Amino acid sequence: MSDTLKGQAGSRLLVPGYTPEEPGTHPPLDFPDYRSTRLRHPHRPLVPLPHRLTEVTGPLLGEGRVAETDHDLTVQHAAEPLGERIVVQGRVLDGAGHPVPGTLVEIWQANAGGRYRHDGDRHPAPLDPNFSGAGRCLTDAEGRFRFVTVKPGAYPWKNHPNAWRPAHIHFSLFGRAFVQRLVTQMYFPGDPLFPYDPILGSVPEAARERLVSRLDMDLTTPDWALGYRWDIVLRGREATPLEDEEDDA
Amino acid sequence: MTLPPTPSQTIGPFFAVALPWPDGPDVVPEGTPGAVRVGGRVLDGAGDPVPDALVETWQADPAGRFAHPDDPRGPAPGGFRGFGRCATDAQGRWAVRTLRPGPLPAPDGGTEAPHLDVSVFARGLLNRLVTRIYFPDEAEANTADPLLASIPDPQARARLVAVPDGDGLRFDIHLQGAQETPFLAL
Repeated sequence: MSDTLKGQAGSRLLVPGYTPEEPGTHPPLDFPDYRSTRLRHPHRPLVPLPHRLTEVTGPLLGEGRVAETDHDLTVQHAAEPLGERIVVQGRVLDGAGHPVPGTLVEIWQANAGGRYRHDGDRHPAPLDPNFSGAGRCLTDAEGRFRFVTVKPGAYPWKNHPNAWRPAHIHFSLFGRAFVQRLVTQMYFPGDPLFPYDPILGSVPEAARERLVSRLDMDLTTPDWALGYRWDIVLRGREATPLEDEEDDA
Repeated sequence: MTLPPTPSQTIGPFFAVALPWPDGPDVVPEGTPGAVRVGGRVLDGAGDPVPDALVETWQADPAGRFAHPDDPRGPAPGGFRGFGRCATDAQGRWAVRTLRPGPLPAPDGGTEAPHLDVSVFARGLLNRLVTRIYFPDEAEANTADPLLASIPDPQARARLVAVPDGDGLRFDIHLQGAQETPFLAL
């Protein structure tokens, strides 16, 4: 098929379709138990935006954004950071189960004592001179990402009396299209703080477990680091007639 | 196979340890002919600045094309990044330096007016907010734009159009309240 005709049926443009948001997936914007939502959520209903060219495309940020040690948060300084060394690995998939290759994954987290390297973090826990808490990588051809880091500590916050966040790692993902952009948090299995956390608790109950990684003994490296596995599923891409033709070819 | 999607969580107050890039606000480098500054403030429901928001923009190039394989007209040559990212400062201000996008053919036949898609992330936002920025000197194209045409309230429509500000364009994002920015459901 020639480039001029590709994707055009008559005078119409064929753009990839993405499945609608499934109800029961994302937290509501208005969630009083998480106090900061109060003045920051819109009151008016959202206006539907059908997916056109700007929505089905998105930034493809390549290797220029990722340096060799960016995926290993334990080798970014003169010495190793304190804490429990861990490997966090998983795949980025779309809702149809296809891997999302070559997409930028950015993470950030507190150190093992529960403190971020950020001026706004007033938690009186020590900073670690050997830990910045930021990492990035590109997924491989199978959509895989892999980070080496230390397990973040729980930390207090001001949301309600005696509020503590369960240990978590923040994730930022682009996927292939603007509609797939996702910022989320990964948690660790069995954390006793789960029932007290309104941020995890803002997620519809049936979907909460999707944010919890699992201990994986195949990923765990003997005498070196525990391994946690977590797959991330972005908005699903619908098969197009065009792709079916390519699959047949 | 259908897999259940991963839920969103707030970006939290500490994303600045990782997400702001030195060249994040530079959709195009300084000195690029035709570059325009687009920016404004992010404000909460009390009218106070939001000093810990992250604003991202995504757009076509000046010819209305994308450097992306899913543009059915073929990926645009030239490698226009099309993406801007800027954290707000203590006054809630953000800005990107970019080129004005061209108009876009819509899959259903019409033409979309030049626009930027915008994501807003912040502490207190459990999911991103999405909006669009249109251009004030494109009145005719804006009238024909299918998204703008779908919004019956003229005041709400006007809130999606940037305003001239010196040699750039100003677009304030009101998360809540009387001046609330229309936000979009993808």
